[in-house]
Amino acid sequence: MRHNVLVSRLALGLYLVIFFGYLLGPLVIMSMTAFNSNPFPTISPWDCFSFEWFQVLADDERILRSIRNSVVIGLGTVVLSVAMGLAAALLLTQIWPRWRATYYTIIIAPILIPGVVLGISTVVFWDRMSRFLGPATSDLFHNGIFLTVLGQSTFIASYTMLVFVARLQRYDPGLTEAALDLGATHVQAFRKILLPFMRPAIASAAVLAFLASFENYNTTTFTFGRYPTLTIELAQKVRYGINPSISALAFIIVMLTVFFALSAEAWRRGRMKMAGQAGGDPVPQRAGILPAFLRGNWAAVVLVLFSFVAITLFWTARSYSPEQCKAEVRAAKQAEAAKRREELLRRREEMRRQQQMKGPDIFAPSGRPAAPGASGRPDTDRAPFGGVFDPGNLEGQSGTGNAPRDGSPPQGGTEPQTGAGTGAENGEEPGNGGNRTTPFGSVFDPGNLSGTAGN
Amino acid sequence: MTDGVGVELENLWIRFGEFVAVRDASVNINGGDFFSFLGPSGCGKTTILRAVSGFLQPSEGRVLIGGRDMAGIGPNKRPTALIFQNLALFPLMKVWENITFSMEVRGASASERRRRADELLEMIALEGQGNKLPGELSGGQKQRVAIARALCAEPDVLLLDEPLSALDLKLRQHMRTELRAIQQRVGITFIYITHDQGEALTMSDNVAVMRAGVIEQIGTGHAIYDLPATPFVASFVGENNVFRGKVLEVKGDEALIRTNRSGDLLAQITPAARGVLKVGDDAMMFVRPEAFSLVDDAGAHAGKSLTARVVNEEFEGNSYSVFLESEGGKRIKMSLPNVGQERVVSTGDDLILKYELRNAVAMPAGELASE
Ligand SMILES: Nc1ncnc2c1ncn2[C@@H]1O[C@H](COP(=O)(O)OP(=O)(O)O)[C@@H](O)[C@H]1O
Ligand SMILES: [Mg+2]
Repeated sequence: MRHNVLVSRLALGLYLVIFFGYLLGPLVIMSMTAFNSNPFPTISPWDCFSFEWFQVLADDERILRSIRNSVVIGLGTVVLSVAMGLAAALLLTQIWPRWRATYYTIIIAPILIPGVVLGISTVVFWDRMSRFLGPATSDLFHNGIFLTVLGQSTFIASYTMLVFVARLQRYDPGLTEAALDLGATHVQAFRKILLPFMRPAIASAAVLAFLASFENYNTTTFTFGRYPTLTIELAQKVRYGINPSISALAFIIVMLTVFFALSAEAWRRGRMKMAGQAGGDPVPQRAGILPAFLRGNWAAVVLVLFSFVAITLFWTARSYSPEQCKAEVRAAKQAEAAKRREELLRRREEMRRQQQMKGPDIFAPSGRPAAPGASGRPDTDRAPFGGVFDPGNLEGQSGTGNAPRDGSPPQGGTEPQTGAGTGAENGEEPGNGGNRTTPFGSVFDPGNLSGTAGN
Repeated sequence: MTDGVGVELENLWIRFGEFVAVRDASVNINGGDFFSFLGPSGCGKTTILRAVSGFLQPSEGRVLIGGRDMAGIGPNKRPTALIFQNLALFPLMKVWENITFSMEVRGASASERRRRADELLEMIALEGQGNKLPGELSGGQKQRVAIARALCAEPDVLLLDEPLSALDLKLRQHMRTELRAIQQRVGITFIYITHDQGEALTMSDNVAVMRAGVIEQIGTGHAIYDLPATPFVASFVGENNVFRGKVLEVKGDEALIRTNRSGDLLAQITPAARGVLKVGDDAMMFVRPEAFSLVDDAGAHAGKSLTARVVNEEFEGNSYSVFLESEGGKRIKMSLPNVGQERVVSTGDDLILKYELRNAVAMPAGELASE
């Protein structure tokens, strides 16, 4: 019996570990990559602990602009979808019961329609509208922010409506009647009775709407026009290669989330405690080292610690300099590269010797399957493009030698991805011939950077 | 009692689709009266109140308040204030804000409202509790806040929908007295709804008894209790022994009834059935348990006595309830006041019960209130 209990406890524990690992693992790893000076978001070759990617992020105009767009669009969506959702929910309670189910289905439908469809239809609809209404409206109806807010609100309003309906179900319509009975107008009854009752739901609906808007991609991708949002900008960046400044952004977002979640919890607990005291139900006042507002409120305690760590981190970042470490890592890498180069030269030398012994095979067209025993690899010196795409190239040995040896991102490539980008743009199959095992054809290989930048 | 604002219902019909919730109700409520609607749950009491307060439009008929037809006048424009069955205090407002809500919507200043709230809080004996939320009050306190909130609107007519039904017995009895006192103090018309006949009888000047949307009888508590107009009223208001039978003889206001199982009994005909009840009609006759008394000899009380055997006896504190069965198998309940006597009866005794003529009412047979 007891054995069984133990086993099931262990199984449960294991399950929880796996579950939370699955949930939080990627976030933790990604956050850690933000502090690795390695220009590829990774933790396994850990180069140096560094804050440089936060600097890169802070210098990235496009990201900053897109965040601004996201916030503006998010706020617009909050206003529009909270208003529409509230109206829709109120109508649901007022409508003739027989039509309620139908009405509900119609209102809920946008959640089920693919976001892509909503995006396209928004663009098409407002384009038609502007043609119909004349050129005066053209600017507005083709404005990315306007379209994105409208497009997102079509389905986010359905989400907010669900929040409002849930709250309204707990509303006693007798309260509105009581207000009317006491002489209030309908507007007064709404403003003074129903609206305060809905306030918590409005707050959660607003947060929900903002988050849904912030993370939306499907719909926005059709509507953003000249105002790319953060998700759009990130997607565009990923296409050309990413660097850990994205991780830095992710880290900041995660921290903000934790901060707000803790604040909300601390606030809620604080209020509960106050309500308990007001209700003549005194919280046992244990004498302790904690000040009163923290007592019995773990969320507040964690929040204080959290803020403390965050502030410490911030100040450390301002004074901390990993130059020493980076120089060492660079030296180590160069040594490694030199060793490999030698190794390669040696092998090539060997190969040449073997080929010379075999004889005429050397004139075989390079693309053709080579004769057995011979290496299929064309001679670097004679390959098109001067062998830029030779896999060996990635080791950095064919770089002209003046590749940014200091390797510091602000100079060698303010946006390290541009280095990788040139690689991708120049060649139709960048690096593919050589290294099929990495997903992006090893554009992200750190060595690649110094190699191609030298061209 | 005459300077208040009266309320009249004229041939009021209220339908919900096919369903008739109120059928041809006509009532004349005097200004300054404490008037009750009494009836079992679902008989349409709330519906009538909602028609008076303006939340419902009558399907037919008129509602007049102070002689003015209320058709098309919304609830916020009527001189009524309604105390809801569930009180409907505003949960997010403090007690004093609740009480003075009617002033707030009229644009009164906060200090003015504070002052009025203090006056009313004193009246309902809740001084110093104005800053609490309704959720922090007990049931009886909430009740009084609801009353204060309604009174603060200075209505001509106060409508109360079973306001005491959520309270426990002791508090309910206390609040009855208090409500009556408040009504006499402010002197406005109270229309009170209840399914509790005790409440209706103790507080009201006049009572209307309703059954299934129909007003069966309107009268003072006394009239309703002593001279019920219909079998329903007789059986719904208080306890009653019912004897079924046929009218054998009608003599002025009296009728001799041949009951099915208890012999021939005399009763007065209820005023509403005088001239209606004829010889040979199916009739019902009611005698209240407390109207019986014990006699040794039936001879002197011909037609007003019956014999029965004690089946069971219950002590109820202020009285004994004695359950008897007549020879014909008729079950009878009798109640004897507890005046400190030794046990007067015991199971198996054969007793002779007699009643006074004025305590027995006869009327045409009809439906009883279901238990
Ligand atoms: N809005 C409504 N729609 C349909 N039927 C209703 C409505 N309001 C009340 N009724 C019906 O009318 C009858 C009387 O209701 P009500 O006046 O609330 O009874 P009560 O005497 O218990 O207060 C009940 O049978 C109820 O089901
Ligand atoms: Mg009711």
